[in-house]
Amino acid sequence: MSLTNEKTINMYTKMITARLMEEMIGQLFAGGILYGTTHLGIGQEASAIAACMALQEGDKITLTHRNHLGCIGIGMELKYIMAEMFGKETGVCSGLGGSMHLLDPDKGNLGGNGIVGGGLGIATGAALKMKYKRENNVVLCFLGDGATNEGLFHEAMNLASIWKLPVVFYVENNGYAVSMPTERSMNIHDIAKRAESYGMRSIILDGNNAVDVYNLTFSAVQYVREGNGPMLIESKTYRISGHSKNDTEQRYRDAHEIEQWNAKCPIKRLEEYMLKNNVATKEMLKKINAQVTEELKEAILFSQNSLEPAVEDLQRYVYAK
Amino acid sequence: MKEITYKEALREALSEEMTRDENVILMGEDIGIYGGNFQVTQDLVLKFGEERVIDTPLSEAAIAGCATGAAMSGLRPVVEVMFSDFVTLMMDNLVNQAAKLSFMSAGKVSVPMVVRLPMGCGTGAAAQHSQSLEAWMCHVPGLKVVFPSNPYEAKGLMKAAVRDNNPVIFCEHKLLYDAVGNVPQEEYLVQIGQANIMKKGTQLSVITYGYSVQKCLQAAMQLRVKGVDVEIIDLRTLLPLDEKTIIDSVKKTGRALIVHEAVKTGGIGAEIAALIAEKAFPYLKAPVMRLAGKDVPVPFNKNLEQAVVPQVADIKKAAERLMRK
Ligand SMILES: Cc1ncc(C[n+]2csc(CCOP(=O)(O)OP(=O)(O)O)c2C)c(N)n1
Ligand SMILES: [Mg+2]
Repeated sequence: MSLTNEKTINMYTKMITARLMEEMIGQLFAGGILYGTTHLGIGQEASAIAACMALQEGDKITLTHRNHLGCIGIGMELKYIMAEMFGKETGVCSGLGGSMHLLDPDKGNLGGNGIVGGGLGIATGAALKMKYKRENNVVLCFLGDGATNEGLFHEAMNLASIWKLPVVFYVENNGYAVSMPTERSMNIHDIAKRAESYGMRSIILDGNNAVDVYNLTFSAVQYVREGNGPMLIESKTYRISGHSKNDTEQRYRDAHEIEQWNAKCPIKRLEEYMLKNNVATKEMLKKINAQVTEELKEAILFSQNSLEPAVEDLQRYVYAK
Repeated sequence: MKEITYKEALREALSEEMTRDENVILMGEDIGIYGGNFQVTQDLVLKFGEERVIDTPLSEAAIAGCATGAAMSGLRPVVEVMFSDFVTLMMDNLVNQAAKLSFMSAGKVSVPMVVRLPMGCGTGAAAQHSQSLEAWMCHVPGLKVVFPSNPYEAKGLMKAAVRDNNPVIFCEHKLLYDAVGNVPQEEYLVQIGQANIMKKGTQLSVITYGYSVQKCLQAAMQLRVKGVDVEIIDLRTLLPLDEKTIIDSVKKTGRALIVHEAVKTGGIGAEIAALIAEKAFPYLKAPVMRLAGKDVPVPFNKNLEQAVVPQVADIKKAAERLMRK
């Protein structure tokens, strides 16, 4: 489906929601209000969200440790995400999972993951079920550049390929795995090349261009949905935020590099596109920003007013009923 | 003596061993300019260069395998696993290769390597970044497993581990990295396989290790006020266990409380309880008691996270219960 104005506005709304939410999460951590750790995806909003927008009812995603954006992309509600960040009973995982483990099967999210590459097997298995049940659906498996150096990546790619499973491996190459630049962790320039050795098609896209992300992911998903087997997408993007809340020094990169990528801000670029193509007016964008800001305030209030999960309930979910 | 932190103690040990022996190398994710996730290797790359402080891609299985091969060939690799939870990705290599090569080759080869595992909860990192997996490692003959509880032990055990000719699983606790303690100015080792009596006592043997040692010491102070005289054994090494120190203590006190953060079922506590039953049964005045992590994954929520592992108050209560028996 082509990118209608309505869809573009929806996409923009989600991107700005993610940005404002993550900026807020960053502040709440800095202020010592949130506990634990978190991985923000500032700069990667188009890459994650526009890709999710290319899915349809019944499709699934698996996410990584950097999973907030995908959650917004797939349509999870802000207040339940925020409540999980606060570790509250009303959180999407009742406060048991936290920032890295946002999971919501009703919305098609099979989970963030604390283990790099951890989603690869799960995505492949979910695709196996879709094929087995003759469902017309696909799995979009998110992973980072770093994860493509894990053994499971290679095993899962091969399985998906020989079994022709409906899964799209969506590699967000954001330049680094913590402090390790991609050019030092592998001897190829394009991760997409890795697909070839598994007999798999691949494409490369500009992950900071929401419209491209949407259109190209949509056609890849279409190809996979038609039963042609898996595909790999390499989304070239950049992590503006530090790796995690603990990554403050950032001795591994220089400020100039961050500035250069700031100039390619995916949200600014989408705004420019929308204004130029009369998808929206400046006033409309302002209104969206105001609405999202309001919604975010409500989500935080909701979280703060929610109860803590009960210690007595600890054992409740260890085993399924 | 000088006062340093647990992570500084580890860093000093690594630095001294690297200076002493050019075969000692470090491998791991983000251990170079980033300094390691818990800053243990901070600035070592500046001192020893990238050839000896090797930043690896995210490839745990290959890192463990590569360390094994290098160790068989004469190097002494020290591997940092960013969080102990990721050792699961190394298990084939550690369990089926590194641990068995000396045996299977009838001693023709040895595997002198160290695998550093930051264990434990208390940082809000949730179920996949908070586990204590030491008992898994103790189930594998051919591995040695140590777990220092303070800077002195951290430094001395690390130096001993680097010099040991076997694969040593070196457990560290995240909440200890900033703990301070005294270490001698001069060189020293802490021998692998030897427990330490942290506090002498007569009425109850508390057998523990790692971060729980600190908690047990606090509990012992509170118990002292109530007239309960506790002996605290810091195991230091979990495999091979220092059976003599444990048994001698229990024979003296007649009561044993074992405390650890790892989940109870199949834990180190079970092994020690069985050992006491086998070797000191007639001396017991009360059943052996285990106080361990609850058999659940570590939850994110802070209250719940605290509730899954023994805290000072729990230890004190357990000791009092045991004294009434
Ligand atoms: C198996 C495993 N190894 C290491 C880690 C620690 N860790 C968490 S995120 C990360 C970097 C992942 O890099 P990449 O896949 O490129 O994703 P990005 O962080 O850039 O989004 C590392 C090393 C982990 N969580 N799991
Ligand atoms: Mg990356």
